[in-house]
Formats: sequence, structure tokens, C-alpha cells
Amino acid sequence: MTRLGYGVVALMGAAAVGLGGYGMTGGGAALRLPSLLPLGGLELTLDPLGGLFLALIGCAAIPASIYAFGDAAGARRGRFAYAVFVTSMCVVPVAANTMTFLIAWELMSLASYFLVLHDRQSKGSVNAAWIYAVMTHAGLACLLAGMLLLGADVGSPRFADWRAAAPTLTPTTRDAAFLLLALGFAGKAGVVPLHVWLPLAHPAAPSHVSALMSGVMIKLGVYGLLRVSLDWLGIGPSWWGAALLIAGAASSLIGVLYALVEHDLKRLLAFHSIENIGIILLGIGSAALYRVAGLDALAALGLIAALYHTVNHAMFKALLFLGAGAVVHATGTRNMEAMGGLIKRMPWTAVCFLVGSAAIAALPPLNGFVSEWLTFLALFQNMRLEAVGQNLVFTLGIASLALTGGLAMACFVKAFGITFLALPRSDAAARAHEASRPVRVAMLTLVTACVVLGVGPTLVVPTLESVASAVLGTAPEAISGDWLTVRVSGQFASVSTAAIAVVLAGSFCAPLVALRLVGASRRTRAYETWGCGRIVQTPRMEYTATAFASPFKRVFDFFYRPTKRLDIEFHPESRFFVERIEYENPTRSIFEDWLYRPALRLLHGGARAAGALQSGSANQYLAYILAALLLMLVLA
Amino acid sequence: MIATLALAVVQIAIVAFGAPLLVGTLRTLKARLVGRQGPSPWQPYADVRKLLAKEVVVSTTTSWVFRATPYALVATLLTAALIVPVMTVRPPLAFAGNIILLVYLFMLGTFFLALAGLDAGSAFGGMGSSREVAVAALAEPTVVVAVFALALRAESIDLGRIVERFAGEPWLAANPAHLLAFAALFIVMLAETGRLPVDNPATHLELTMIHEAMVLEYSGRYLALVEWASAMKLFVFMTLLANLFVPWGLAEPTGPIPVLVGALALAAKLAVLTAAVALLETAVAKLRLFRVPELLAGSFALAFLSLMAIFVVR
Repeated sequence: MTRLGYGVVALMGAAAVGLGGYGMTGGGAALRLPSLLPLGGLELTLDPLGGLFLALIGCAAIPASIYAFGDAAGARRGRFAYAVFVTSMCVVPVAANTMTFLIAWELMSLASYFLVLHDRQSKGSVNAAWIYAVMTHAGLACLLAGMLLLGADVGSPRFADWRAAAPTLTPTTRDAAFLLLALGFAGKAGVVPLHVWLPLAHPAAPSHVSALMSGVMIKLGVYGLLRVSLDWLGIGPSWWGAALLIAGAASSLIGVLYALVEHDLKRLLAFHSIENIGIILLGIGSAALYRVAGLDALAALGLIAALYHTVNHAMFKALLFLGAGAVVHATGTRNMEAMGGLIKRMPWTAVCFLVGSAAIAALPPLNGFVSEWLTFLALFQNMRLEAVGQNLVFTLGIASLALTGGLAMACFVKAFGITFLALPRSDAAARAHEASRPVRVAMLTLVTACVVLGVGPTLVVPTLESVASAVLGTAPEAISGDWLTVRVSGQFASVSTAAIAVVLAGSFCAPLVALRLVGASRRTRAYETWGCGRIVQTPRMEYTATAFASPFKRVFDFFYRPTKRLDIEFHPESRFFVERIEYENPTRSIFEDWLYRPALRLLHGGARAAGALQSGSANQYLAYILAALLLMLVLA
Repeated sequence: MIATLALAVVQIAIVAFGAPLLVGTLRTLKARLVGRQGPSPWQPYADVRKLLAKEVVVSTTTSWVFRATPYALVATLLTAALIVPVMTVRPPLAFAGNIILLVYLFMLGTFFLALAGLDAGSAFGGMGSSREVAVAALAEPTVVVAVFALALRAESIDLGRIVERFAGEPWLAANPAHLLAFAALFIVMLAETGRLPVDNPATHLELTMIHEAMVLEYSGRYLALVEWASAMKLFVFMTLLANLFVPWGLAEPTGPIPVLVGALALAAKLAVLTAAVALLETAVAKLRLFRVPELLAGSFALAFLSLMAIFVVR
């Protein structure tokens, strides 16, 4: 029964891929059932941008459902919520009016709320689900306000009418609508500082759901941001784009910095989602700014980079979450400090996780490299803009993207190295077992996707270009090229990951052959690791994840604000013998300390003050009613 | 097609076989500067030969990652050798992604080497890996911003085109943006290739070491490959610096004679740069590890100033 359910969802994913692919390549379709819902009815329209996101949801839902197939014990609970979750996600990108959109959006949030609440016994996951519910509904309130504002001003709840009426709106209305809608969507996408729910909620859900939440659900926030900044509201003022760029720079850097000091494998991946959303925003922000300046070809380039990274992130993040799920299933813990040596016990999972790590760290020739390369190229060409202030914002984006790339590489050396290499750090890790066959199939599907998206940008980019020109309403020649090379902005630059892959493979084999030709010694002896003369090697001698991250903690201490606690218990006879050492070096979140705590305190204070009104006396309540009635009569 | 292929082979050969000589010359020069006789500049070749004849000791703790890493590392550098203009302005693999590809190829090598450092499970390897990735990550913004500054003036990120463009500017050496970018990239080169004052390439057992701690478990042919790759990284980085900032003497790929001239010009430029690095390494002491980020932040500031100089002059 469980398997049947997940099989149906996988088939639905395949249908979404087909329909989305049809929409992406220019095929349109529309469905309107006015009587089904109040306020405008059910209305669905398939356009290229919606088609792209629909296909993406399908692409991620298929392997996630196959994974759930193999993880029957963990997936039995919540299969109904899972089906609702995937279905509602599929409706969001094709919804064509306010009512349809918000119902699908809220269903998606509610279904994922129940999936986050998977483990009802654990206090952590109840808390995570609660914070998720609050944040997602604050976002919904912003969306509702923005959509009602636009709907009232334009006089129609249909998105197509907004698009047509956008040039006639007053600047104030447009700015207010942009702010409200962008806030609501940014909250769902996990943009800093609205990201606090993400590292709590994603790890609490079962791994196939985490893969979908991180892979595609937060991408629907990106979808909304794309609609708001480039589509529904027309060409906005330049501060929209600058705000998106700055938010992207901040999210990418802050996401990766938190990931570096995180040793819960799934939370680490969740923080990397924040980082990658930031990278996507860099592309969207640059597209918006170029578009205001009338540089349509560059706007298309920025948008293509953002869309490419959206697709890539869905693939490698789903892959990494499924890999992490397999590891957590095998070891029973999410703490990296208790793992190690899994590459010998779980060779398949290790290889898949390694490919995912290299892809997310943007290492050539995999897919992350292509989209980060395109983003760099979109940002680099800001010299065509004349305003020095905008140039500076772009420079900020370039520098933070570069630093993010380096730190992400460092973080995934830690994630893969501590989890899979060296000796097992716990008995559970030493007894780990390889993942089941469906789980491996799911991971290998995503590995294939990462490799194909990596070496085949010449196949992917033309499709994305047609989506971008449909969104921008122009057909600029942003990208040219042949079967081997993608060429950007004429002579400016070109990339060919296929050529890189071939040359890398060739030069990997060259030393193998050369060493044999020159007659190098082929004797190999297996022996212990060198250890300054100590007798046996134990896992306690290994470098830990905490130690690995400590240089970063020291360099960025102004951001982490680490606190240190050291307890040493000496032997009663002599201070030279230590019985027990306890060392703690936790970091603190500036967002919780400086933003959320004060805001909550304010809220509690306000609630307490309002509580004074509620005395419990019926006479007083009658007086309130009378006062309200009088006030209304006076005002009317 | 055949000309490009021939050029690729020559370029790889120059980088692969020139790299140990560069390292040897640097060591000899440093020894002479402190009054020692020092080894011959050809010593690194003898070292590689010796290492190739020895047996390999592999820790039982390690996995296939440890054994594949030396080959992966060499692969990244051989590929990098095809992206940088060495003796012509048209590097054979220029179309494949330009300078951003170069930066990420170095990162690919560092990624595998750092994993291999963790694989043996010793504290030395882990410490080296952690420090190496920290330095590599902090150096990256400088490289990208400095390159962006250069690309802005050349209106292309294609290295060959940047070099061509600068070769036509006679007052290049007096351009403040150019000099600032050079200073920034020079510091990054010292950090990325593990030279003083960031790392000491001459020591093996010192708790402050970075690169040497990471590769401590390697021996025999694996060590030969890793050392050779380090030498190639130095060669590629120095060639890049030399040709970007002294762009004269590079050939259009027309025939063997200009290519030969280009190779000779490169040798002269590298000789000057090597002498400069040797002087610097003799004059300065190693920085404490946690002062290194300040040095890298300084190099980023230089790159940023270079960019500002361009925006302001425009």
C-alpha cells in the first residue's frame, strides 16, 4: 500500500516532467473552472517559466519517491501528506489567479508542516515544526496583503491582468506590492534574515521530504521572486534589483558560514540551501538591474544563470539529502562526529555523495560550475552600467560569490571527509550497511542528472534562453555557440565543460601510463598511518569536524561570536594527571540575538499590555461593545 | 587543428618539465642568498627519479580516494597548463572557461588533496587539510576581483585577449590599477603555492606547517606526483603573473620561431620573478597562522582598490 502510494507519486512526477517540458518549449495550455472556487475560480495556465518549475518538481519527485520506496519503514507514516505536498507544489507554478495560487501555496505549506512533524516524540522536531508554521504563515500574510492590494488596484485577481496593467500603476502601489510579495516569497525561499526556520525544519523531515523541501519547495519562493521582480509588476525601479543582489550576496555568504560550523549532516545541507538561494538571487538581481538599464541581452544572461542554478541546485541538493538520508539510516545519527570510515561500508553512497559534494562546490566539470560560471559572467559585465553605485553593488556580489565558492569547497571537504573517510568514530558507524537498491537507484539517477547538466550546457542553455526571453518579452542574443562551446556576449567569454571533462580524463590517465613507461616501482606495502611512534591508531586521534572548522571560527569570530567553556577535573593526588576534560565552543546566531529575540520580546510585551483589556467582567465587555458601536456611528 | 594540438603538446611539455627546474632554481637561489652552497637547480629531477624507484607505503586506514588523488591533482594542473598563455597569446584550451575555470581547477585539486589528507586518519593530515582549505577559500575573492579589474580594462575575460590588449599599452607599468592588481595577485600566489610568509615549503615537522602536513602520508610514486604537481602549480601561477603584467614577447601562433621566442621571453620573465620570490623568502619570516587571514584581507583590499581606480578614472 505504501509502495503503491509512492509509485503513484513517481508517475505523477513523470507526468509533471512531460507537461512542464511541453510548456517550457513554448506549448501553452489553460484550464478555467470558475464555479469550483469562490473569488475567481480555479484557473491554471501553462507558460514557459511555470513549465520549467513544473518539470523541475517532477524531476526531483521521481527520485525522492523511489527513495521512499526503499526506505519503507521510515516512509510509511505521512504518505498522504507527501502526495498532497507534491501535488500542491505542482499546482503553484501553473496557478493563474490569486485564489488558486494561495490555496495551492497554503496546502503545500500545511502538508510540509505535517511532514516536518514526522517524529512527534522528539521535542526538537515539534519546536522546528512550530517555528516553521509561524514563519510560513507570516510569509502567507505578506503574500495575501500584497495580492489583495494588487487585486484591488487592478480590479482583477488574475495574474495576466496584473501584467497588462503594471505600467499604469502608481509607483507607490508598485513599490508596496513588490515589498510585500518579495518579503513573502523570500521567507519561503529562506533568504537571510528570514532563513531561521529552514535549518530547523528541513532536517526534521524524513530525508526524501528534506530532498524535496530543499530541492524544490524553496525554489517556489524563487519562482515567486522571479514573477514579482520581472513579470507581474513590469520593469521596476533599480532599487528592486539592487535589493535582490544585496540579499543574494548576504544569503550566500551567511548560509555557507553557518554551514561551516554545523556538524549535523542534514542541518549542514539545509544551510547550504540558503547559500545557493543567495547565488540564484545574484542572477535574478543582476537581471533586474540590467533590464532597467535597457541591456536586455545581459538581463537574459543573468536570468539564464539564475534558472540554470535553480535546476542544478534542485538536482545536487536532492542527491545530497538522499545520500545523507542513507547515512543517517545506516548509522542512526545525524552527528558527523560519530561517523567516519563509511566509504568502506557504503561504497555506492560514498561515490554518489562525493559527486554531489563536487557539484555543489562548483568544481568543474560538474553542473554547479556551469551555473556559477554563468553567474560570474553576468556579474562581470556591470561595466556597461554607468552608475558607480550600481557597479559597487555588483562588485559586492562578485566578491561574495567568490568567497562563497571557496568556503563551500572547504565545507564539503569537511562534510565528505569527516563522514566517509578515515576510521569509524562510533560503533554504529563501524556496523553501517550499504543503502537498499531503490535508494541507490534514486541517487544514481540524480548523479546522472548532475553529470549531464554539467557536461551538456550546450543542450540546456538554448531551452533556458527561450524561457528567459519569454519572461523578459524580448529575444536578445545573449548566448551563442556550437555543439562544444557556450559563448557569452559575443567575444567576452566562452565555456566548454565537455572539453574540460575530456582533457581532465586524458590527463588523469596520462601519468598512469607515463609511470609505467618510465618503469616506476610498482611495489606497494600496506601499513599503519604514521603517528610519531605511538602504538595503535584509534579514531580518537583523528581530526574532528569541530577541529576542521576551527580556523574559520577564528577568522570569522566577529560573525560567529563563539563562547568557550573548559572544565578540567584533576586527579586528587596530582595536578599533572587529568581525569576528565570537557570543552565546549558553541557559536551564537546574530539573527536570533539581535533580531528575533527583541521582536519576540516586543510581541510578548504588547500582548501582555493588551491583556489588561480582558478583565473577565461581563459588564466591561458590554461597555466595549457600546463604545465600539458609538465609534462606528461617529466615523460613519 | 594539428597546429593547436602540437602547441598543446609543447605547452604541456614546457610546464611539466620546466616546473621542477623552476623549483630547483628557487632553492639554489635561496641557499646562495643565505651563504650556503645549496643543491644544484636540477636536484628536483633527481628527487623525482629517486621517489619513482621506491616502494609506496599506503596506510591501511585509507580508501581509494587516497590513491586516486595524486593522479587527479596532476590532471587538474595539466589541464590548467593549457588555459594559461605560456608562450603564445592563444592558449589551446582558452575556449573552455578562461580564468574562472583556472581558479576552480585549482580548487578541484585542493579539494581532492584535502580529502586525501583526512583519509589516513592522522591528526597531521587533518590539520594540514583544514588549514589548506582555509587559505585557499580566503584567497579566492582576491583572485576573482583582481581578474575582474583586469577584465574590465581589457573588455574580455579571455586571458589571451587580456595579454594582447595590454601588450599594446606602452605605459602599462605606470598604471596604478595595474600595479595594485599585480600586488594583490602576487600575495595570492605566495599563499596558494605555499611559499613564505604563508607556509614554509622547507620544513616537514613543524606544527605551523600547512601543505607539507597534508601530504605527510604520501610516499614513493604518489609523493613524486604530488611534489611534481606542486611545482607545476607554482610554474602556472608564476607564468600567469609574468605574462599578465609583462605582456611583451608572446607570440601569435604562427610558426615554430615565434613560439621559440615566446618561450625564451617566458624564461627571462620567470627568472626575474623567481629571483624576486627568493629575495622575499630570504627576507621575511613565516607569519603566525592566524595572521595569514590578515595578509589575505590586505591582498583583497589591494584588488578592490585596483577596481576602484578603474571606476574612478572611467
